[in-house]
Amino acid sequence: MIKNKINYSHRKYVIGSIFILAAVVLIIKLFIIQVVDDSYKLSSESNTLRYLTQYPSRGKIYDRNGNLLVYNDAVYDLMIIPRQAKDIDTASFCKLLNITNEAYNNYLHKAQKYSMITPSIFIAQISKEDYGRIAEVLYRYPGFYFQTRSIRHYPMPIAAHTLGSIGEVTKPEMDKDKYYRLGDYIGKSGIEKYYEKQLRGTKGMKVLVVDVHNREKERYMDGKCDTLPVPGTDIILGLDAELQAYGEYLMAGKTGSIVAIEPSTGQILAMVTSPTYDPNELVGRNRGARYSELLNNPEKPLINRAISGTYPPGSTFKMVNGLICLQSGAINVNTAYPCDGPNSIPIKCTHYHNHMVQLYDAIENSCNPYFWYAFQDMMRSPRFANTREAYAFWYDLVTSFGLGRAFKSDIPFTVSGNIPKPEYYDRVYKGVWNAMTIRSLSIGQGEILVTPLQLANVAATIGNEGFYYEPHYLRAFGNPGDTVKFEKHIVNINKRHFKDVKRGMQNVFEGEHGTARWSHIDSITVAGKTGTAENPHGLDHSILMAFAPVDNPQIAIAVVVENAGFGSTWAAPIASLMIEKYIRGYVKRKNVEQRVLTINNTEE
Amino acid sequence: MRSKTIIGKIDIWLLIIYLALSLIGLFSIYAAAFNEAHPHIYDMSQNYGKQLLFIGISLVVGFVILLVDAKFFNVFAYVIYGLSIVSLLLVLVVGSKISGSTSWIQLGPISFQPSEFGKFGTALALAHYLSQLDLDISKLRTKVTAYGIVFLPMLLVLAQGDAGSASVFLVFLFVIYREGMGGTILLIGLAAATLFIVALCISKWYVIIGLVGIFAVFLALINRTKHNVIRATMLLIISCAFVFSVDFAFNHVLKPHQRTRINIVIGKEKDTKGVGYNLNQSMMAIGSGGFSGKGYMNGTMTKYNYVPEQHTDFIFCTVGEEFGFVGSSLLILLYLALVLRLIHLAERQRSAFSRVYGYGIACIFFYHFTINIGMTIGLVPVIGIPLPFLSYGGTSLLMFSTMVFVFLKQDANRMNIL
Repeated sequence: MIKNKINYSHRKYVIGSIFILAAVVLIIKLFIIQVVDDSYKLSSESNTLRYLTQYPSRGKIYDRNGNLLVYNDAVYDLMIIPRQAKDIDTASFCKLLNITNEAYNNYLHKAQKYSMITPSIFIAQISKEDYGRIAEVLYRYPGFYFQTRSIRHYPMPIAAHTLGSIGEVTKPEMDKDKYYRLGDYIGKSGIEKYYEKQLRGTKGMKVLVVDVHNREKERYMDGKCDTLPVPGTDIILGLDAELQAYGEYLMAGKTGSIVAIEPSTGQILAMVTSPTYDPNELVGRNRGARYSELLNNPEKPLINRAISGTYPPGSTFKMVNGLICLQSGAINVNTAYPCDGPNSIPIKCTHYHNHMVQLYDAIENSCNPYFWYAFQDMMRSPRFANTREAYAFWYDLVTSFGLGRAFKSDIPFTVSGNIPKPEYYDRVYKGVWNAMTIRSLSIGQGEILVTPLQLANVAATIGNEGFYYEPHYLRAFGNPGDTVKFEKHIVNINKRHFKDVKRGMQNVFEGEHGTARWSHIDSITVAGKTGTAENPHGLDHSILMAFAPVDNPQIAIAVVVENAGFGSTWAAPIASLMIEKYIRGYVKRKNVEQRVLTINNTEE
Repeated sequence: MRSKTIIGKIDIWLLIIYLALSLIGLFSIYAAAFNEAHPHIYDMSQNYGKQLLFIGISLVVGFVILLVDAKFFNVFAYVIYGLSIVSLLLVLVVGSKISGSTSWIQLGPISFQPSEFGKFGTALALAHYLSQLDLDISKLRTKVTAYGIVFLPMLLVLAQGDAGSASVFLVFLFVIYREGMGGTILLIGLAAATLFIVALCISKWYVIIGLVGIFAVFLALINRTKHNVIRATMLLIISCAFVFSVDFAFNHVLKPHQRTRINIVIGKEKDTKGVGYNLNQSMMAIGSGGFSGKGYMNGTMTKYNYVPEQHTDFIFCTVGEEFGFVGSSLLILLYLALVLRLIHLAERQRSAFSRVYGYGIACIFFYHFTINIGMTIGLVPVIGIPLPFLSYGGTSLLMFSTMVFVFLKQDANRMNIL
């Protein structure tokens, strides 16, 4: 049975009325903005609008002392709107631009393919002189106009890898970020890439009314539609330009790298990689050609060895081992081990010194047997159930120095190097391994690989007596509101052990037998450790890490000179000169400088 | 009796309005997205070519729907509703994120928007439920179920982060109202919306003073029985609590971009670069059309990619700029004709299912066109919902067309129902 329902059909009038009312409201509002308010009308229908992108000036880059590292220079881009480019006298136009007819068609086709209505760059970066000549007669060629742009300029030809470069956006970059249009510039590497968002600023737009003769007549709607560009933020780096320049000067003609860190902040003071190039080379219209030239150069100047070169740390790694052994309780500062010089078993000693060695002497003399025995005693320490557990303890502490991992900061493409995990030895030695099996680790050889940046960071950590900040380039943004925090890491080793190891490292420069005693600097206390990394492909790499002054370190440094032999001969003097330069401000020891400059390891 | 074919029985006016809107859409997209390198409207590499294809597909699907038994959509209403709910759940898991909300399911080259499907499913399910012969609308159970059918998909769309599409479901309250329920709810809803906007525009203390004033006047006028006084006091307390909670909801529940959009409409914020940019450019394009427009394909602002989302949510700008006030008003009247024709036809149905369904889709179209056009001219906040039949997009066109054709079939079949 159908129940007797109330008929609600009168409610259709309520609903219908609401529909009509809403439509009327829409029409009234349309009438207001389309008919009553005429501020939206174009002044003349025959005029066309030209949308000029207002490029913001890209942020400048300074070093820690306010020295300008990167600034902008004006150039002019010849723009085209293909749809408006009609009835062009190509012959005269090509002559004016000094291009072939073929090139003209090529450029035109490229622009048309991008868009008929959106402006694109016809010829990029025309010099000031050509600009004046062309601009004078450009009105004869509708659809073409000039747009001012800025390119990067580097007053000092240094730190190419750190600063990086900018280049035209690629299609994938445009797809990823809708901000970019064809022909825009984007940071391609280094600081320019990492801080792209801050440096680039925000583009503005100027709308102009252009008459039929291609002349700009007025601002559309008195600039109501215009948006102002917001300039990019300046960036201040932790870099010391003079120190960087000096480092590059010292390393010229050598293969290798220098990394200097300010221990109290983790800021990079200098990052030298050699061979290098002048950053001004990758600017302007020839960027592409120069880039492929550098890419194909057999000396590989584009590689930043400071962050992507990995080396066995050699004896420099004994500091890390010594600290861990002390922390494990297997040894103390008075523990003595015998050394039989070259007759020592299983690892020879390359130095001649007292028979029974303690920590300070062991560091000063870089005694291999001492560090082997200490390592062995730790691996066998009753504190651990077995070697594997002892190794896990060692592994955790080693990696807490930032070794075996890539840094997460504004330094792009840092590599992790290698600290073998316990599982690695389980796999390689099928679970049967002990201190003897992995003895090379005790002297920084074997599977261990570190980058110069990691090594400098170890020096900073020892200098700080147990902590470091993730190494980074940035000191501050020019806009004080923006700040970036970089993580602080604590190494779980007692401060007292750091003090002991520091004293041993001071002896390396100041002791009677110190392996770097020839690089000692008057009035500046330096603590460091030399190393010689075995290189199966040729001469050994000369390595050194150091920091100074010992009690309140202002600089921590790592130097690697490839195929140069002992750490004491080449890396040590370079490091000591860098330290002197940074702390004293100038270099007194001209004889040491001269000696360093005459060595040249790339010519063999 | 002469038996006509199905084609002969369908409502020709509704069909004409539908076809007219679809074609206006195609030509508007052609004007908005025109690429001189691909001047043909059937060029499949361009959005207008694709839209032409979508129209073709929609017509084929529509024709198939006309051939299907009219009872099909009534019988399978819950199944279709269930499928739409499943797809809404699915999108939360496998959906791809496009501009802030996960509302798309990607199937190879085809992307599909389940929220569009959800509206259709909800219209069917609501119609099926409310058309049961022995339904007692005075029961609480009935009311709860009816609102439940509407709010379930709405909450799922809201969970995608697409508040605009979710708000569309509110329009079903009109349908429920037409079927005899929800008069009070609609009234409360309107009152709440008014209070919400007023509370945002002026200080909440003024609103409260105003409410107390109304309360006093009210008490002076009515018969002051104990019962009435208590009710009125309750109402005052609830209203005041609401005003305070608006403040909270606005600042803590809405996302920042939604806050900004509302602020722009109520005039609290002026912003020509960020969120307000779209709106500013859109109003500029429409306003520049003037009384009679610049003529087809002569719009300069809509040509330079000046208005973002030109061919989708802001397609109305093209109409506004190129056809001016005359064209825009005619288009609005055409939409009005569509929804009025739909409720007129709905009222003549013998089957309650057809009637409720007709109201359902009329309300969906009404909400979409008023909110979309209102958004482009700055009357309502920027809500990303398409303009039916005009906006570029396969899913929306196909779903809107399906809605129309299902109703055309129901209507053509109305004489066969006893």
